[in-house]
Amino acid sequence: MRMRFGGVLAAFLLTAAPLRAAAPAPPKPPANDDCLACHEDPSAKRADGSSLFVDKKIFDGSVHGAAGASCVDCHTDLAKTTDFPHPEKLAKPDCSGCHAQQVEDYGKSWHAASRAKSPLSKAAWCSDCHGSHDIQRSSDKTSRTNHFNLPATCMRCHGDPKFFPRAGGADGSEPMSFHDSIHGKALEKSGLKIAPNCATCHGTHEIRSPRRDPKSTVARAHVPSTCGTCHSKILDEYATSIHGEQLAKGNTGVPVCSDCHSAHAIASSSDARRLAILRECGGCHERQLKTYRDTYHGQVSAMGFSRVATCADCHTAHEIHPAGDPRSSVGPAKRLTTCQRCHPGVGASFVKYDPHADTHDRGRSQLLWATSLFMKILLVGVFAFFGIHTVLWFPRSVKARRDANGKRKNGERDV
Amino acid sequence: MSEESFAAAASPTAEVAAPTGWVRRFDGYDRSLHVLLMVSFLGLAFTGLPLLFSDRAWAAQLSRVVGGFQPAGFLHRVFAACMLLTFGLHLGRLLKKIFGDRDYGILWGPRSMVPRPEDLKQLVGHVRWFVGRGPRPEFDRYSYWEKFDYWAVFWGMGIIGGSGLMLWFPKFWARFVPGDVFNVALLIHGEEALLATVFIFTVHFFNGHLRPEKFPMDTVIFTGVLPLDEVKHERPAEYARLVAEGGLERIAAPPPDREILQRGRILGTTAVLLGLLLVTLTLYALLS
Repeated sequence: MRMRFGGVLAAFLLTAAPLRAAAPAPPKPPANDDCLACHEDPSAKRADGSSLFVDKKIFDGSVHGAAGASCVDCHTDLAKTTDFPHPEKLAKPDCSGCHAQQVEDYGKSWHAASRAKSPLSKAAWCSDCHGSHDIQRSSDKTSRTNHFNLPATCMRCHGDPKFFPRAGGADGSEPMSFHDSIHGKALEKSGLKIAPNCATCHGTHEIRSPRRDPKSTVARAHVPSTCGTCHSKILDEYATSIHGEQLAKGNTGVPVCSDCHSAHAIASSSDARRLAILRECGGCHERQLKTYRDTYHGQVSAMGFSRVATCADCHTAHEIHPAGDPRSSVGPAKRLTTCQRCHPGVGASFVKYDPHADTHDRGRSQLLWATSLFMKILLVGVFAFFGIHTVLWFPRSVKARRDANGKRKNGERDV
Repeated sequence: MSEESFAAAASPTAEVAAPTGWVRRFDGYDRSLHVLLMVSFLGLAFTGLPLLFSDRAWAAQLSRVVGGFQPAGFLHRVFAACMLLTFGLHLGRLLKKIFGDRDYGILWGPRSMVPRPEDLKQLVGHVRWFVGRGPRPEFDRYSYWEKFDYWAVFWGMGIIGGSGLMLWFPKFWARFVPGDVFNVALLIHGEEALLATVFIFTVHFFNGHLRPEKFPMDTVIFTGVLPLDEVKHERPAEYARLVAEGGLERIAAPPPDREILQRGRILGTTAVLLGLLLVTLTLYALLS
C-alpha cells in the first residue's frame, strides 16, 4: 500500500517538475564551496577578532562531511539567505531535524534544564560533547564520545574547578577521582571495553541530576539497579537484604552502593575501606559502633589497623539480614561458621562471646553489667580514698621535710 | 641528705650494733624481683594501655612505635610471661620460707605483710597526724600503705593475670567456660589495668618516692640498705623491736655501693618518668 502511494507521489513530482522550472527561480541555498569561499581563509576574522575558519579537510573527514551533508543542513537559517556576507549572529544549529530522539532525550536532562533556567548557563549543549565540524561517530576511536574518550570529554567541565569548585577533590564524591578508581583504571589503563565510563551510570543524552531529579539513574533509589546492570549477582543479594527490602519500600535512608563504595573513587576492597565502613554503618547503627569499640576488634581498628573484623566481615557486605533471620550470617545457624573464618577451629562455646557486649545493658548480660558496676565502685573507691590520703599527706610531708632540714642546720643529730 | 651525713647522724647506741650506720631492708632476691616487676609492668602498660584509649592519636602512635598491634600483642605476652615469672618466683620463696625455713613470722606479726588490727589504728593515727591532731604513728617493718601496695599487686596478679591468660588462650578456655566469660575477662582486664597503672603511677610513686620527705626517690629498693637512723625515725616500732631482739647486728650492712646506687637512680628515674608520661596521657584521655 505504502509502495503504491510512494509510486503515485513520485509520478506526481516528475510531472510537476517542468512546471516548477517554469516558475520564478527561488533563492538557491549556498553550496559548501560558496561558504568555504570565505570560511576557508585561516586569517578570516569576526568583528571581535575570533576566527571563522572552517577546515575543509576536517569537515570532509567528519561523519557529516563523509555523508555529503551541506553547511546549510545544520545552519538552516542560511539556506534562504541571499545577502552575503551573512550576519555574524546565527541561530544555534538544531540537531533535532535528523537526531530527533537524542534531542528529545537531551530535553529531559539537567544540562537542558539548566540552560532553560538561565541564558547564561554553561551547561553542555550538543556541540560541547560531540564537537561541531569535526563530529565523529562514537565508534570512531578519535570521537569525543568514544567509549574510552568520554571521561575526558565530561571532565572538560566536570573536572574544572572553574565550573565545579570541588571538582578537584579526592573525597570520592567528585568526578575527578574516577581516574584512580577501579572503573577508571580498568577503562583508561587496562583498556577494557566492558569497563564503565561516565555514561554507563549517568546515561548519555538524558543525564538527570541525582540530587534534584528522582528519575536520575544515580538518584539514591536507583543506584542499586544502575550498578546491578553489571554487578547483577550483587544486586540479587542486596535486593533480598534488609537494606534492599527497605529501599524497595521507599526508605532511601538505607545504604545504597555508593554510600560504602563511594560514587566515583570506587576501589576494590582495601584496608582503608574496611575501616571506612565503620563510619558508614555507624552513622545509623550508633550503639553497635559504640559497643564494638569496647571490644578488641573495635580497639585495634580504631588505631588504624585493619587486620581485625570490621562490620562486613561478620555481617557480610550485601546479604545483611537481622540476626533473627535464618539467612543472617550472625544468626544462631551461621554464627559459628562466620567466626571460624578468622578463628579456625573454635567451637560452639566460643561463639557465645558477645562482640557487641554492652556493660550498660543489664538485660543483655547480667554478669557483665554486675562486673562493670563492681569495677567502677572499686576504682572510684580506691582513688577517692588514696586521693584524699595523698592530698592530706602532702602538706604534712612538706612540713616534715622542712623540720628535718631545720634540725640538721641547727646541728641536731636526730632528725 | 648525703650518705655521709646519714652515717654521722646515727645514734651512739646503734653505732655499736651497726657500726656503718646502715642496715639491710631488702635482700638481692627481693630487689631483683622488684626490678623484674618494674620492667614487666611498664612493658605491659606501654603495650596494653593504647588499646584502652584506641581513639587517641597517641595510642596509635605508641602502637606503631613497636611495629603495630600484632608486635605490640606479642610483646605484651612476653612481658606478661615475665611478670608471671616474677610472681611465681615470689610465691616460691614464700613457700620456701614457710615450709623450708619454718619462718611463720611472715604469716602473722610485725614482719608479716598480712594486715593486722594495728594497721587500721595506724591509718587513723596517720590521718590525724596529717591534720596536726596527733603524733606520727609508730610504724613497724611494713606500714599499712605498703601492705596495700603489696596486696594490690597480689590481687592484680590474680585478676589481670587470670583474665589475661583466658584472653591469651581463648580456644582452650572456651572448652570449659561459655564465651560470654570472655566479655567479662576483657572488661576486668582493662578496668583492673587502669586501676593498677594509675595507682602505681600516682599513689605508689607519691608514697614511695615523690613525697617531699623522699623526693626525688627512695633508693632502698635498689640498694637494699637504708640508714639506721631512718629506721629509727620512720619505723620506730621496728627499731625498738630490733634493739630489743638484738637483731640490729644481724642486719648491719655497709653503705650502698656507689655504682649500684647510681644504677638504681637511673633506673628508678626512668621508670618514674615513663610512668608519669603514661598516667598523664591516661588522665588526659579520661578527663577530656
